[in-house]
Amino acid sequence: MSNVPNNNPSAPDNTVAVNTATGKLALGWALVGVPLAYGVYETLTRVAALFG
Amino acid sequence: MGFLDRERTIAPAGFNRWLVPPAALAVHLCIGQAYATSVYKTALVKHFGASLTEIGLVFSIAIVMLGLSAAIMGTWVDRNGPRKAMFTSSMFWVGGFLIGSLGIFTHQLWLVYLGYGVVGGIGLGIGYISPVSTLIKWFPDRPGLATGMAIMGFGGGALIASPVSTALLKAYDPNSGAQGWVASGDAVGKLFLTLAVVYLVYMLFGAFTIKVPADGWRPAGFDPAKVKAAKLVTTENVSAKNAVKTPQFWLVWVALFCNVTAGIGILEQAAPMIQDFFRGPDGASLVSAAVAAGFVGLLSIGNMAGRFAWSATSDITGRKRIYMLYLGVGALLYTVLALAGSSTTILYVALAFLIISFYGGGFATVPAYLRDLFGTFQVGAIHGRLLTAWSAAGVAGPLIVNAFLDAQGKPGQLTAASYQPALLTMVALLVVGFVANLLVKPVSARFHEPRLDRDRPHEPAMEA
Repeated sequence: MSNVPNNNPSAPDNTVAVNTATGKLALGWALVGVPLAYGVYETLTRVAALFG
Repeated sequence: MGFLDRERTIAPAGFNRWLVPPAALAVHLCIGQAYATSVYKTALVKHFGASLTEIGLVFSIAIVMLGLSAAIMGTWVDRNGPRKAMFTSSMFWVGGFLIGSLGIFTHQLWLVYLGYGVVGGIGLGIGYISPVSTLIKWFPDRPGLATGMAIMGFGGGALIASPVSTALLKAYDPNSGAQGWVASGDAVGKLFLTLAVVYLVYMLFGAFTIKVPADGWRPAGFDPAKVKAAKLVTTENVSAKNAVKTPQFWLVWVALFCNVTAGIGILEQAAPMIQDFFRGPDGASLVSAAVAAGFVGLLSIGNMAGRFAWSATSDITGRKRIYMLYLGVGALLYTVLALAGSSTTILYVALAFLIISFYGGGFATVPAYLRDLFGTFQVGAIHGRLLTAWSAAGVAGPLIVNAFLDAQGKPGQLTAASYQPALLTMVALLVVGFVANLLVKPVSARFHEPRLDRDRPHEPAMEA
């Protein structure tokens, strides 16, 4: 969910804003999500010994 | 440094609030390294020629400083906003690693106490509370989900730091292939320097990405009246100074303290405990060290997942009910663990996993619980004061377990029965916490901040 959009945006500016926000969102989540996924994967390989 | 001021962090129209959780996570994933200190503990014991207790003190100092700094600096964090708080936290956290590495390189343990323990611990405390109040304001419709995401990072930070630190220690030590290898002090010092650089970059990313909502902002379609419909949720505000005068604050403090103490009881002893619970007729453990390590890993996943899943669930069930689950069902699970945990490993593992998920859930749900009771005005400062319960539990949990186990016998000779007194003590503690939570009622109006405009929900302007 995003904030209330700009009241009077021109169409091209609005497209740029949306693309920038999507790019930032993807980058932000990747920066924290990729290391976290790596940590979970590494831990799960250790957990495998428990059920092996 | 004006660019750190709260006024410079107010989000423009159209800002996507889902950019805020990654900023919060960036900080929590870094400070979560505090749970991965066991990776280099033996190396430091050897390097300094110190005892395990002397090296363990580094972590204990850091956790005590976490509680103290969160309690003392909470109001400052609320007043100055998340960017300045995250920036300050990064300086302390990174500074702690730098001073600590100097202590390692120069063989001065007191510098490690000062660096990682005191300075780093201050960074932990400020960093832990810095994004909480902001997240609650961006997600008034799902505060449990929002704080769960951030505080999950504190659990997840160790999952990342542990394998990365092991790999770096191997890379930095030319003798890493040797039989019975323990990392050199030089390798640990270099590890500290590397972590300092990486954490600086990540935490500054968080600090410069975070934004606070403009006054009066609400998510699309959000109706505060629906939130107010829940009995314990207030639209009023209570200051941190007044909050500590209310019985509600201390009841939640007791509930958190009991929940954390019980969780730490298992976490501290996880690996030896599973080995002691399952012994053959000859007294040898049926659980190998590798399997025990896998169990510890599973608990880490449970700790992290519980922070997110249970806290998010609390948005639907309400905070008081979910705490009834953590403490009430937790007490039942602990009882089964104490009396029948040694019957099968599957049962033992499943019980421990659930108990640890409740432990994590308690941490992640409590900021939203405070928001429900005291409003958003100074929720960061109130949360900071409440974290003294964590510090106290960090001392009480291991003390209780170790005192009972010391009385039962020597490590390596303990059995499932040896753990019963400690585990049943934890059951009693959880029952105390359950009763405390049950007694939580809405805060009396005499503690509310005065409101100029009674017609619409209003918050005092300064807070982030």
